[in-house]
Amino acid sequence: MISRRNFLKTTAAGIAGITLPLAAFEIVDPRKLMAQEAKNPAKVRWVFLVDTYKCVGCGLCVKACKQENEIPYDANVTRTWVERYVLTKDGEISADTPKGARDGFTNSKIDLGQGKFKDIKKEDIDKAYFVPKLCNQCDNPPCVQVCPVGATYQTEDGVVLVDRKWCIGCGYCIMGCPYGVRFFHPVHHTAEKCNFCYHRISKGMKTACVDACPFGARLIGNIKDHNDPVTKIIMNERVGVLKEEYGTKPQVFYVGLSREVK
Amino acid sequence: MKNHVLRPLFVVMGIVALILLARLVVVPKDFGAHERGYMYGWHRKSDEQVWKDFKVKYQGKEYCQGCHTDKYDAINKTPHKIIQCENCHGPAVDHPSDPPKLEIDRSRAQCLRCHYPLPYPTSGRSKIRGIDPDKHNPDVECSNCHNPHNPMGGLK
Repeated sequence: MISRRNFLKTTAAGIAGITLPLAAFEIVDPRKLMAQEAKNPAKVRWVFLVDTYKCVGCGLCVKACKQENEIPYDANVTRTWVERYVLTKDGEISADTPKGARDGFTNSKIDLGQGKFKDIKKEDIDKAYFVPKLCNQCDNPPCVQVCPVGATYQTEDGVVLVDRKWCIGCGYCIMGCPYGVRFFHPVHHTAEKCNFCYHRISKGMKTACVDACPFGARLIGNIKDHNDPVTKIIMNERVGVLKEEYGTKPQVFYVGLSREVK
Repeated sequence: MKNHVLRPLFVVMGIVALILLARLVVVPKDFGAHERGYMYGWHRKSDEQVWKDFKVKYQGKEYCQGCHTDKYDAINKTPHKIIQCENCHGPAVDHPSDPPKLEIDRSRAQCLRCHYPLPYPTSGRSKIRGIDPDKHNPDVECSNCHNPHNPMGGLK
């Protein structure tokens, strides 16, 4: 004979089981996923081209980026920055990027940090150059893979974005990026990174840094468009990428990249 | 099976059910795998529009040309034509309505970004003429003598 207690318990458990909709358990079908990947119908894939021969280290790109993208101007974080490399005859490599080159390079001394500077004589220099850096918008973005909440993701046109409302600030993506382009936004307290000025490129404009560069050292283009001048350079000329061995498939290409650049 | 074994099991099942039900309510409808699949495209679709709607601040040279045609034409005859107006005048945003007046960066540091001499081979920097800021009229703004809109036109 069923008791009242048992009847109520069984009924409660039964109803709970029935009300669990099947949609709550999403079943992943690998074949469906593979088909989705293979289709890849995107007509736009944003890529970036940096000509290090043209860069003079004025830092106007960094200044424009910080103001365009509302990154607190005096905080020591930036979405893009410019590195200076100086190689001396004794084989030593010196590199610096004071304030991310927000104010350019107006000193021949290398900034070693903590108020220390290294003076390098003009006649000791073998080669010296500037390298602008920004997010590589990788085809295999490790920062996206490690996000536990789906707050960082890649759009159809290849740009990696951060959902500020969804980010929980765990910092995994900041650790996961091999290029060190991510940081915490000092105001929003969420992960922050270069997004190729997504608000500008989606309106047909160029990124703020591309527009600000007086020397044409920075260019943005669509690699799926074979008539795009940037695509032509990437396809026909000698270009390099950063840290290719990581398998991230970075989409920022460099003209005149040197092996010292990390 | 005995009751004291099943009881915690029911509790766990109840918690799991609650979490799954809460997920249905809390997770927005547009959250899921989008174009780039599960590995790279797992996100809230409406956030893409949030980024697209971000405010544009730098409007570009052509935006200035409409009203300041004289300045636009003047600088275009000089080597400084490669520099965007907003690099020194600041982002236009919605100028002239907001802000009505732009703040011009006349600092020496602004000019020194390019005109501090760095004799670097394999970089365009070595081809730009520079000055030693400690010896060349320190404490005076460059624009007191030089016209940035006509740098080759002699001193003021």
